[in-house]
Amino acid sequence: MKNRTFFWFILPSLITMVLFIALPIVSVALQSLHIEHEAVMVEVENCGPFGCKQELQVDVEETAKLKKERPLGQFNGLGTYTNRNHLAVAEIGEAWQSSNGFADFISKALNLPFYRALAFTLTYTFVVTPLVLIFGFMIALGVNTLPKRIKGPTIFISLLPMIVTPLIGALILFWMIDANGVIGSTLQWIFDDPDLSLKASPTLTWIMLMVYGVWHSAPFAFIVFYAGLQTVPSDTMEAAMIDGASRWERTRYVVLPHLMPLTVFISLIQLMDNFRVLEPIISFSAQASATSLSWIIYNDLVGTESQFFGSAGATSVLTILGVAILLIPVLIRTWRDFNQKVV
Amino acid sequence: MSDIVHRRSPVLNMVIWGLVLVWIVAAGFPFLWTLWGSFKVQGDFFSKADWTNAITGARTQIETGAAFTGKGYYGAWVTQEFWRAVLNTMLIVVSVVIISLTLGTLGGYALARSGKKYAFYLLMLALVFRAMPHITLVSGYLLPFFEWNLWGHLPTTIIVMVAINQPFTLWMLHSFFLNIPKDLDESAMVDGCTRFQAFRHVIVPVMWPGVVTTGLFSFLLAYNDFTVTATLLSQANQTMVPKIASFLGTTQTEGNVMFAVAAVVSATAPLFVLILFFQRQIVSGLTAGAVKG
Amino acid sequence: MFLKTITAAGAFALLGSTAMAGCGITAGNVSILSNDFPAIQAVTAAASACAGDGVTVETNLTKDHKDIMVAALTANPAQYSSVIVSNSTLVTLMNDGLVRPIDDLVAKHGAALNKSQLITVNGKVMAVAFMANAQHLFTRTDVLAEAGVEGVPATYEDVLAAAEKVRAAGLMEYPVALNTKAGWNLAEEFVNMYMGTGADFFKAGTAEASVNNKNGVATLEMLKSLVAYSNPDYLTYDSNATQAEWEAGNLAMATMWGTRGGAVLDDEGSTAEVVAGTLLSAAPTWGNGARPASTLWWDGIGISTNISDEDAEATFIAMMNGITTEVVKANNDAAVWLVEGYTPSPASAGVSGTAAGGAAPYPMVPFMGALHTALGAEITDFLQGTESAQQALADVEAAYTAAAKEQGFLK
Repeated sequence: MKNRTFFWFILPSLITMVLFIALPIVSVALQSLHIEHEAVMVEVENCGPFGCKQELQVDVEETAKLKKERPLGQFNGLGTYTNRNHLAVAEIGEAWQSSNGFADFISKALNLPFYRALAFTLTYTFVVTPLVLIFGFMIALGVNTLPKRIKGPTIFISLLPMIVTPLIGALILFWMIDANGVIGSTLQWIFDDPDLSLKASPTLTWIMLMVYGVWHSAPFAFIVFYAGLQTVPSDTMEAAMIDGASRWERTRYVVLPHLMPLTVFISLIQLMDNFRVLEPIISFSAQASATSLSWIIYNDLVGTESQFFGSAGATSVLTILGVAILLIPVLIRTWRDFNQKVV
Repeated sequence: MSDIVHRRSPVLNMVIWGLVLVWIVAAGFPFLWTLWGSFKVQGDFFSKADWTNAITGARTQIETGAAFTGKGYYGAWVTQEFWRAVLNTMLIVVSVVIISLTLGTLGGYALARSGKKYAFYLLMLALVFRAMPHITLVSGYLLPFFEWNLWGHLPTTIIVMVAINQPFTLWMLHSFFLNIPKDLDESAMVDGCTRFQAFRHVIVPVMWPGVVTTGLFSFLLAYNDFTVTATLLSQANQTMVPKIASFLGTTQTEGNVMFAVAAVVSATAPLFVLILFFQRQIVSGLTAGAVKG
Repeated sequence: MFLKTITAAGAFALLGSTAMAGCGITAGNVSILSNDFPAIQAVTAAASACAGDGVTVETNLTKDHKDIMVAALTANPAQYSSVIVSNSTLVTLMNDGLVRPIDDLVAKHGAALNKSQLITVNGKVMAVAFMANAQHLFTRTDVLAEAGVEGVPATYEDVLAAAEKVRAAGLMEYPVALNTKAGWNLAEEFVNMYMGTGADFFKAGTAEASVNNKNGVATLEMLKSLVAYSNPDYLTYDSNATQAEWEAGNLAMATMWGTRGGAVLDDEGSTAEVVAGTLLSAAPTWGNGARPASTLWWDGIGISTNISDEDAEATFIAMMNGITTEVVKANNDAAVWLVEGYTPSPASAGVSGTAAGGAAPYPMVPFMGALHTALGAEITDFLQGTESAQQALADVEAAYTAAAKEQGFLK
């Protein structure tokens, strides 16, 4: 394709992405290199319905002067990235020095918010992603063999975990898995343990979050694979059958290669989305046992009196880097495909 | 492929259908439970005392005199004017899907056919864009949007959602376009079509399975989004999900929670029709014989 | 509750049409951003009645108000002319000078206000409070009586003893609940409990945290002894969950927000037995502290800086119309109102008792938010038994210090 044609085809899409994603990313990255001006404090008397008290307050006028001079705040370099709430370079170094043995070091590192979150995030990503692919593929194969009449409703039901707004979906599930709820009670009955509570133990919470993750994302893989299955060339299939290929061989040598670009696509999207896992942690109130990188950002920005933009920016940039590293193998594969297919 | 089905051994059929059945139960049960529970009072639906109350409706009988009540639906649709949110959602969803797909098919097609290195780098860049957590993006928009008086309006939200979803749309459509043989449009160009004409007359007719699937995801994103709509829309322009969240409020007022449950069930109904339609689209794309390897 | 809200809203609609002249605004734009709960819904509904004839009133009631308020008020002109603020959010807005002093407006239009409603900072009125809130003790007197406990527990030591008796009597395995959901709620419980020791969170005159001391350790130990009597899921209990547990009759003692009193004592969602047995009382004291272990909160009206003086005046008048005696009388049990005309009821006994007992207000210092966030994230390790109290508190201080440096409060 000519460069000019390419440019005009891609332009509209490019404009929206530059305006609403690229520019904000640049501004967030810039912000993460700065911290706020040193606040000028004064002690004043605060009075209200419950009496008076001497308390420190920000001197707005003095601070405003500082802000006017340098609107971004004080330049801090990578200071925010290396502080205790992020990469915690100093703390990790100290833990390495003072710990007796590797296990001790790990437990010290996992006491730091970033590494604790990273541990869950990575586990979640690497457990959920392959399971979603496998389940999605199996369901797609299964649904594809159903008689036409019941296909529609089956697809609809299969998509429900993805469709029902997570806000309420999770609220309902959260109640269901309660020790008094229907799933919680059933599990207690199955395992014959009246004290079993999915919400109380960190291990069970992790498992629960991952099961939810698979349940929630499998429909995505399913529907993409299903659409892909519709385009499997039927003559190739028939040729393979005439050659005496077994069902397994046909799936392995015809269907799978045909679905490969879609598999790569689903893996990419799932790796990314799972790496940014947030919603189940919030909905299941699981933050005591499991936190993720996105949760750290959420905790900095949402529902608090004071929003930490610099800190959130730093974690966001680290998340992007993490995703980039995670995707390298998939990208190399795409790169090879890209060179083979098109040129 | 229907002839293949016939030749499958009964045992394999049983296994496959058994698997599908297990999945259907896992996927459908929570929703079915919600549907049933939406006709109860809160004391039953979120019963802490005994979960079987949700089935029998013990408190519903005490509080309303019958085992089922339409109070949740009445409250949501009549008292709280949920239909306004439905209208807003429809506006947003339709616009987002149409704009996303238009931009996405053009871009995705170009990326699939370019063959130049920069196309690959552009794809990679789009991926990096996608890695940005939405909350950070949305918090970043707030100040400029307030300054320029763009906050709270439907068009702003639409364009933001289109942009946020663009990397995904591009990737997905690009993957689908890779599956459409190059010879198709290139032979058209040999016959004297321009690139755009080839795209318009040869590719567009055969791209529907991919486009419909991608469209479905754009649709679901716009339909279910909470982060963007809750932060960027004023209360007058609220869509369904933030509206449902507002039924819950900070303090879950007795009764209002059931508005939310009823609203969720109502919100799912139109999707049923949509997906039936969508399913036929995929199959019709296939039977048109468009995609031949 | 549901019906009550509806009839109240209807009453306002009527009031609005007759009281239009009473509003006395000729022109201006009023827009209100606030949290979303019944008492505030009543206030904003009444304020909205001033709309018409060149006056527009818009409201945005959302639980996400904290996330947009700074950006919305930084813009010039500000998106909202008024924000319903509380102890903690007022400070955030004042840090950036986003709310204006309203002495002149109070002098002109605030004749009906009590002196105690005025929130003054450095002598200037920055907000007008209209309701109070606090977490305090809810007790099931019938259950305690059955377990042989006399009277209502006045200290947390009493609570523990009573809980042990209830458990020993086989009445309930987990008789106690606090709002201990990890994050904001749990941190608030820590703050409450720590307040009961009478100690300060910061070294005097600085932004340096000082919670890693014997008071902090004792606070954590007390919390841990209490959650030993709580359902094992306690780290997921927010106030909605606690209220549901209470109404289901699964609890004998709980600390909940005062605003929950009305909903717990009404006839919806719970059995007559639970309602009849429920008693609201002041937050307990503990240790040798004299102060009830709770923090007092108020909600009030702040007026934006970045709007025209006309809009500010119109907004103030409309908001005054939202907190009239009539509104308060129509919604008496929705909150503990600070407004003239409020009749104390059993639903407000807990908050009044806590205030009368001398509980302290939630600290109005600019860096309290950062400490609160750090507490919410770091003390769960101790409660789950994976860390010592000293280590947990050291983590809190370290997390706070890093955050406070980013915000320019510490060097």
